[in-house]
Amino acid sequence: MTSRIIAVLCATVAAVIAAMPAAAEDSVKLAYVDPLSGGGASIGEVGLKTFNYLADATNAQGGILGRKLEVVPYDNKLNAQESLVQVQKAIDSGIRFITQGNGSAFAAAIEDFVTKYNDRNPGKEVLYFNYAAVDPALTNDKCSYWHFRWDANSDIKMTALTNYMKTRQNIKKVYLINQDYSFGQSVRAGARKMLGEKRPDIEIVGDEVHPLLKVTDFSPYVAKIKASGADSVITGNWGQDFALLLKAAADAGLQVDWYTYYAGGTGGPTAVRQANLPDRVYAIAEGVSNEPYASAIEFEKGFRAKTGVTLFYPRAVNEVRMFVKAAQEANSLDPVKVAAKLDGMKVTVYNGGDGFMRADDHQFFQPMYIANLGPIGKDQPYDEENTGWGWKVTGKIDTQDTVLPTSCKMNRPS
Amino acid sequence: MLELVTISALNGVLYGMLLFLMASGLTLIFSMMGVLNFAHASFYILGAFFGFQISQMLGFWPAFFIAPVLVGGIGALVERYGLRHVHRHGPVAELLFTFGLAFVIEEIVQMIWGKGPADYRVPPSLDFSAFTAFSTNYPAYKMFELLAAIAIFVVLLVLLTRTRVGLIIQASLTHPHMVAMLGHNVPRVFMLVFGVGTGLAAVAGVIAGPALVTQSNMAAALGPILFVVVVVGGLGSLSGAFIASLLIGLVQTFAVSVNLSVADVLGRAGVAPPTGGVLFDVWNVTVAQIAPIIPYLLLVLILILRPTGLLGTREH
Repeated sequence: MTSRIIAVLCATVAAVIAAMPAAAEDSVKLAYVDPLSGGGASIGEVGLKTFNYLADATNAQGGILGRKLEVVPYDNKLNAQESLVQVQKAIDSGIRFITQGNGSAFAAAIEDFVTKYNDRNPGKEVLYFNYAAVDPALTNDKCSYWHFRWDANSDIKMTALTNYMKTRQNIKKVYLINQDYSFGQSVRAGARKMLGEKRPDIEIVGDEVHPLLKVTDFSPYVAKIKASGADSVITGNWGQDFALLLKAAADAGLQVDWYTYYAGGTGGPTAVRQANLPDRVYAIAEGVSNEPYASAIEFEKGFRAKTGVTLFYPRAVNEVRMFVKAAQEANSLDPVKVAAKLDGMKVTVYNGGDGFMRADDHQFFQPMYIANLGPIGKDQPYDEENTGWGWKVTGKIDTQDTVLPTSCKMNRPS
Repeated sequence: MLELVTISALNGVLYGMLLFLMASGLTLIFSMMGVLNFAHASFYILGAFFGFQISQMLGFWPAFFIAPVLVGGIGALVERYGLRHVHRHGPVAELLFTFGLAFVIEEIVQMIWGKGPADYRVPPSLDFSAFTAFSTNYPAYKMFELLAAIAIFVVLLVLLTRTRVGLIIQASLTHPHMVAMLGHNVPRVFMLVFGVGTGLAAVAGVIAGPALVTQSNMAAALGPILFVVVVVGGLGSLSGAFIASLLIGLVQTFAVSVNLSVADVLGRAGVAPPTGGVLFDVWNVTVAQIAPIIPYLLLVLILILRPTGLLGTREH
């Protein structure tokens, strides 16, 4: 009996091994460490689709130095400890390039881990490409030579947002509502400081924080916004905290302009459409789907056809293209040489305009766009999440106007 | 001031009724069968997605009636072929069973409808403003939520305390053998209760789906607060759950409108609040900031001071 069980087990294992896709031996692997199960899965999945598409696009054009680019997913379950376990697993399987984006707390843990790992393992360096974690500290006090950030950090976004808001004379009273954690706090602090400098006449009539992803009923918050007489609201809310806030506002008939970071995130456009707030919800991003830039419009078309979602991460396109470019210029896949090429690299970004990876802190700078959501017109080829509403670009902030000083004192490899 | 109080009271009652709507099925199963159903929120998700799917095909009103029946049927099957077998191994086994079931259902929902949110909208027939108080609109859909919650409360209460069916259900919990001796099919009674309980979860899902977010992880924030409602209300008490829902809705809503911190209170009393130190944050956090946490504080206090809950008759 026992021997039969063992035989069956062996056969099963053999079958499973045989069924596993034979990984291309010489492919270049990029570990994708983000949530793929649990509450963050809907976000992590979109990122994975994006990187897989980018890998396919790269391979269609000859790959990296003639080798295929392969994205290997690792599920960090939105947990700092698990993120490090997954990064270690990736490194153990020989991967030298890691990308992650969701959650600045996990980004900080990975940045710290990679930096220490590289110190202790000279000759086996690992690079960390950050495509979405926006806590300014990652390229300031906590900066690392081995970390590269393609997303504009939250201070840069706030700079761009307030540069736009200062030109809007109809803004008199602003209400801030944010999630109570590091990112939400940095949005609120940034908004207070920058609006105070650029438009001292604007009154901040409310400054609210609420627990992250715990509020079901936003109507009392909306009642406060209404009572404050605000004409505009700034929020860094994302996910259900964004959707529920907007729906509650629409229910109560609150008429204000919304200046947001993540109205374009998964579920965001659906919520804006359901709340029926045309042309009143703005988002700040490095790109939206309807910018008049031919190659980006073309790219978006192919991307949507294959993945079924909007390209929410134009920065990921920049990331992968610059990775390929750096490897080619270095004519090597040695992370140290790739890093040296990325350091200070200048490019034309995905949707047009200049971009550069600042050598001082490895923060990427690029043009930023302000856009709002509403029914699409003839110049807007794309809608979002099949709502019939799409982005309309209302403001562009050039690269040089997004540059902020950094406090980074980087330890460079000698 | 009057405006703030009126608006907060209205919002509090509406939120409380939404909570009761979701907690009613859980209370029923918890108090009548003694099963702590961790998968309750999953049946709520199923209800929302069934409601979404059916309303795409047939419209909202058919969905409102069909989805709960379907989900209730699934619930009854789960009881018949799953829970009933686990039942004899005691409450811990039941708890683990429903815990596992929650993951399975969530995963299935993700496979069918994906991980992103569904565009489940308020039906046009209810998409207007019912009344306006101090220039704040109250949508008809919220009134519908309110009425549905009250209707469910009244019907369940009458059913359980004034009818023969209710009598048999209550007796089956405390004296199952005696009820069986009298010729009633006790397992079938339990199956029925579980089916109705999960069906109620689905009713909540169909109604709350358009008002909140219809997404595979939509229950994550909701699950815990429902247990607070049931425990604060008291085990075995539908009225308790009703009162607890209202209480939590009102407390949380009013708390959000209070921008007062310990430091402010000290300041008014003439004591200089500390300007630094480890506890600086504690002094300066406002009531509004911790409002969503207050129900859990209430839970802890109730368990310490009155373990049976507000109207509970049984010990835990």
